[in-house]
Amino acid sequence: MKIDTQKNSHMYWNPYFGGFLLGIIILFTFYMTGRGLGASGAMKSGVVALVDTVTPSHAEKNAYYSKFISEDDSPLNTWLVFEAIGVLIGAFLSGGLSGRIGWRTQHSPKITRKRRLVFALGGGILFGLGAQIARGCTSGAALSGMAVLSTGGFITMFAIFGTGFLVAYFFRKNWI
Amino acid sequence: MGPLIPNGVIPYEWNSIIAILIGIAFGFVLEASGFSSSRKLAGVFYGYDFAVLKVFFTAALVSLIGILYMDYLGYVDISQLYVHPTYLWGAIIGGAIMGVGFVAGGFCPGTSLCAVAIGKIDAIIYVIGIMIGIFIFSELYFIFQPIYDGSFLGNITLMDSFGVNRYWFVFIFTIIAIVVFVIADIIRKKQKKIFY
Repeated sequence: MKIDTQKNSHMYWNPYFGGFLLGIIILFTFYMTGRGLGASGAMKSGVVALVDTVTPSHAEKNAYYSKFISEDDSPLNTWLVFEAIGVLIGAFLSGGLSGRIGWRTQHSPKITRKRRLVFALGGGILFGLGAQIARGCTSGAALSGMAVLSTGGFITMFAIFGTGFLVAYFFRKNWI
Repeated sequence: MGPLIPNGVIPYEWNSIIAILIGIAFGFVLEASGFSSSRKLAGVFYGYDFAVLKVFFTAALVSLIGILYMDYLGYVDISQLYVHPTYLWGAIIGGAIMGVGFVAGGFCPGTSLCAVAIGKIDAIIYVIGIMIGIFIFSELYFIFQPIYDGSFLGNITLMDSFGVNRYWFVFIFTIIAIVVFVIADIIRKKQKKIFY
């Protein structure tokens, strides 16, 4: 297992090559749709659809869910949900071609599996909350915002990575 | 003249199909660059792997320069492109919360989807966390609304904010990125290697 993972870690693309292709994809997306990419938007649609299915009246009363609910269409019928389905397919193809598919929890050998999952859950909750406050995540706000020189996109990018470096010390045991 | 779908060059019915195709390319490139590994992503914060920095800024530069060229050559009208709106404090506070989430969880939403696709259990938990986070925000929307809707500055760009010239900004930004890439490689050589 150890040899396998070490071999895998050397099978990734050159980051400049990956970055170049990612830039071309963003360019193509703007050329086609006039907008950028996104990721957290699809998860928001998922939450809205879930709440709307379980308690429709509650969803309609809430000022936030109701922004994304319409009478004659599912909240899941959005561009970003289709894009997210594509992301799952694309990542599955790439992982499959490189032999990276399999159920596993990836964590530093210095921490337990449980600790990794607890921090993953907490990190996810924070990211989900932050992405709503900032109206987008690393893809939608930072990356796609920067492509069109959006001031908000640059601020979000600096806030994410700046805070990341500031607090990295407190989480070092999880990673190094 | 682009953008193609809003201008009716490509029929709107293609929108969802193009979304899936773009998503496939996006997911493939992210996964192939190693972004389905939380330990690789977190490396940027500890100096043992700068893939995030390199991929992210290379992508930003390629798209920035590409959009300027396509506008210059008349393929796309830059004024029709959607500019992410600036809510000053929303961007700062939201970004800061995301930064903590990034270091704690090791993913961002896009990369966590890639990791879910190849069966990472930590990523599945992370996505569940994101959805709980969104749920908390929505349920407590009345608390967050002042930040969410406040300090709205419009769909502004850096040209509006600082009056910089678009072309000079991109040129200087490119130089800065190249310098940062070189510094990143120097830092990485000084860190002890971590296998994951």
